[in-house]
Amino acid sequence: MMRALVLALAMVFATPSLAVQPDEVLDDPALEARARTLSADVRCLVCQNQSIDDSNAELARDLRLLVRERLQEGDSDQEVLDYLVARFGPFVLLEPPKTDSTLVLWYGPAVLLGIGALAVVVVFVRRRRTAPPAPLSDEERRRLDALLSDDALLSDDVRLNGDAQRGDTGDGRPA
Amino acid sequence: MGRLFALVPLAAAVGLLAALAWPLFEGRNPQELPSVLLDKPVPAFDLPALGAGEPGLTSTDLKGKPVLLNVFASWCAPCRAEIPRLQGLAAEGVTIYGLAYKDDPEATRRFLDALGNPYARIGVDRDGRTGIEFGVYGVPETYVIDGDGMIRHRHVGEVTDRVADATLVPLLKELAK
Repeated sequence: MMRALVLALAMVFATPSLAVQPDEVLDDPALEARARTLSADVRCLVCQNQSIDDSNAELARDLRLLVRERLQEGDSDQEVLDYLVARFGPFVLLEPPKTDSTLVLWYGPAVLLGIGALAVVVVFVRRRRTAPPAPLSDEERRRLDALLSDDALLSDDVRLNGDAQRGDTGDGRPA
Repeated sequence: MGRLFALVPLAAAVGLLAALAWPLFEGRNPQELPSVLLDKPVPAFDLPALGAGEPGLTSTDLKGKPVLLNVFASWCAPCRAEIPRLQGLAAEGVTIYGLAYKDDPEATRRFLDALGNPYARIGVDRDGRTGIEFGVYGVPETYVIDGDGMIRHRHVGEVTDRVADATLVPLLKELAK
């Protein structure tokens, strides 16, 4: 019982392991919080799909320290990001900036969705607009009756159109 | 007309697939990032020397004639592999400066004693801060710097024969004109 309780408590209070080392953490909790938020948006260029806040690569650690250093020197959040972009390029940001070359990235999916919606609307409108098919002529009606009746198997008319029989289930009803 | 129109989605899908597949066959390495410092002056730095009595490396050293700046470390395997190639370039008269990135100076010394030293000067970037100024995100990296101290090219990864013959040497020659 006691053991189960301890285990349960351990699970409740367990935190995910962090790449940020204790010696990196700033004394000022407000600055540290800003550093953590910023770090989550900065790409680790070694692992490329992790933020520097998540990565334990050497370069990620260096950049975490750099972010904290800039903040301590009084940089705004944007200034810190600009500092990094000036050295590593916009790729260092996990969220790509909205520039001419990333427009497709940002708005492409919405545009494609719009085109899809438009296509659906067009198809439905067209379907509604097309007139219902003309009723069967007397000749067509006569052939249909012949096909649907059991006698059809004997009818010359149908036998000539052998292909039409292929789908027949044999009891006179079309398959 | 209706038939042809029905082919539009297929054509669009094929076109999209081709556009997405193209980079795969182009042989481009997605790990290689373009340098933002291209055609910009080298960042200012002043690095200490490997040992007493030796010259260090500062950004002003890079001005005067086209040179290579090679970012290396003794703990990096491709750096080890490219040393003979760099020595070959040095023997051909190319000036190569070394930036010892995040490395223990003694380890760097042993590395150069064992493999040879192609560098005209070496700056020790113990904490990697100068590397960050250059946007270094791994070693080795090799920069081509013109006589005005402008960065003209960055090569990420080992300097192979192909890289040297097809890119670095022709570029250096052109810049020397």
